[in-house]
Amino acid sequence: MQQILPYIINGISVGGQYALIAIGYTLVYGILRLINFAHGDVFMVAGLVMVYATTALPFYVALPLVLAATVLLGFTIERVAYKPLRTAPRMSVMISAIGVSYLIQNLAFYITGGVPQPVTRPIPWISENVIILGASTKRVTLVTPILTILLVVVLVYLINHTKIGMAMRAAAKDFETAQLMGIKINAVISMTFVIGSFLAAVGSMLYFTNYPSVAITSGGMPGLKAFVAAVFGGIGSIPGAVVGAFIIGLCEELIKGAGYTTFSDAFTFAILIVVLCVKPTGLFGEKVTDKV
Amino acid sequence: MTMTKKKTIFTAAVLAVLLAACVVVDMLLPSYHIAVVVIKKATVYSLVAVSMNLLNGFTGLFSLGQAGFMLLGAYAYAVLTIPVDKRPGVYQYFDGGALKFSLPEIFTGFMGDTVGSTVGMLLALLVGGVLAALMAYLIGLPVLRLKSDYLAIATLGFAEILRAFFQWNALGPITNGSNLLKSYPTFSHATPYVILAGLMIAIIVLLINSTYGRAFKAIRDDEVAAEAMGINLAKHKRMAFIISSFFAGIGGGMMAMYMGTIAAAPFKSTLTYEILLIVVIGGIGSITGSVIASFLYIFSSEWLLRGLDSGTFLGINAPGIFKNGFRMAVFSVIIMVIVLFFRKGIMGDKELPDLLDKKARKRKKEAAGK
Repeated sequence: MQQILPYIINGISVGGQYALIAIGYTLVYGILRLINFAHGDVFMVAGLVMVYATTALPFYVALPLVLAATVLLGFTIERVAYKPLRTAPRMSVMISAIGVSYLIQNLAFYITGGVPQPVTRPIPWISENVIILGASTKRVTLVTPILTILLVVVLVYLINHTKIGMAMRAAAKDFETAQLMGIKINAVISMTFVIGSFLAAVGSMLYFTNYPSVAITSGGMPGLKAFVAAVFGGIGSIPGAVVGAFIIGLCEELIKGAGYTTFSDAFTFAILIVVLCVKPTGLFGEKVTDKV
Repeated sequence: MTMTKKKTIFTAAVLAVLLAACVVVDMLLPSYHIAVVVIKKATVYSLVAVSMNLLNGFTGLFSLGQAGFMLLGAYAYAVLTIPVDKRPGVYQYFDGGALKFSLPEIFTGFMGDTVGSTVGMLLALLVGGVLAALMAYLIGLPVLRLKSDYLAIATLGFAEILRAFFQWNALGPITNGSNLLKSYPTFSHATPYVILAGLMIAIIVLLINSTYGRAFKAIRDDEVAAEAMGINLAKHKRMAFIISSFFAGIGGGMMAMYMGTIAAAPFKSTLTYEILLIVVIGGIGSITGSVIASFLYIFSSEWLLRGLDSGTFLGINAPGIFKNGFRMAVFSVIIMVIVLFFRKGIMGDKELPDLLDKKARKRKKEAAGK
């Protein structure tokens, strides 16, 4: 127990960070039926902005700046790359998403010079070491799951009890009818991207506190894993994404604990394929039937 | 002369001129010259892009597993062709590796040096293709039942799983773990690449113009209607997937040949994205487009736009702006512009012989205008 305990704690923490990214995927997919391949890169940009902002500015300015910049990025991506393709086939939008991901990575390469940017000033308090049940870890491992749950509760409240939340649910149910009922569909879609990017920025700040540096490829894997989590939980469902993310985070860390680090990524994709073949709707997803 | 006959002659003439140009380049320039390098890399990319187009553009199956199949082909080629006496050096951490033979050396035994080693190398490429096709068959069993974006993400996942396996130390005696494979024989001139890839692409073109190809296109345009017309969806999808992977495997082997050393690391999803974007630039559903786009892409990224990365471009010297990475940044902006505003790409769904039609149609339009 003593040996696997640190892995379990880490797993829950990583799971929380995946959950924050996965929500962005699940919200966007729920409404646009689009795998936002660029979401992982938005997450990476948030990490880069954090590195740059915290070295130059005090924390009470830098952290809100990270949130604002990431939200702006998500909003811009939607307006520039996805909105013009609203009536195009789904494949074009997905290609556009891949293009955006490619663009962000190349721009980041240009700006950073391809060198991983070291996290020189990690956020204080949460990056301090604490000892729980005999295992030493950073405080962020404890903060992450709590913060994640808190944000998810707020988000679920927002979606179930506010006007914009109702509009989002309507758009997810039936895009065109929602439009006919007078819902400003573009505002709703922008809102989903804003929420998704905001949560990704929070996830990014927590995630990179645990890592020594931010590289331009740091976003790819967490992004894909978070997407797998969203599929696992049932894409379109927020509680599903969160539960899926925690399960995947835990499994991954336990596999690392068992000494098969090479396979920790592969295992996530194995889960994905099994889920897609056995129960494509995921744990909490609704069944969708295709009409001719 | 009929139009079809004209088109055939036109196509044959263009291809002959291109091949002749390639032979001339090979004779005049040393094999390390940038022109030769560009031709080699671009032909390899052409083959892989066309194989991806067969799946994504002609059958409408959005698969992102290309890098995984290329990885299989590349490793099969390298593992089977490293000379026996060089194996201890390559597999230094794994006791000289598990395989104690090399295909080219087996054939040189009774066919002479040049012929034998060429046959051995081609056979190794073929083995790579067959392995990739087999793997595609296995992967296809569960995956091909999925629709559009789920298919994309599942194939992407399989490619990542494959990569993890190849880096696994337990398979080290064969794959050399995460270390480089090197010292295998390669073609130093560009012409063999062009002929090889050209043949493969020709086979794909023949396939697309056959009944199977028509069935693929029918599936792409409307699955339900195609099924109603009596096309066996599962069978044809599986076939397209296996054939595309076979050629991706061969392309991977040629990639290994071109690069000289390989490891599993470059065969990431980024490689698949790159090839997908080439297909998009060329036009989804056009073989000619994919080939042209590959050459344009490789030519500009390897040669024409080099200056964007190293300080001077078009005579403008600005090391502050033209530094490492600027080339790819410019490139990705161009790609986004194509994706957003020129969705048809360079060729749309037209092929090389269709270029002759253009004039004819213009004349017709003028006549109608009068």
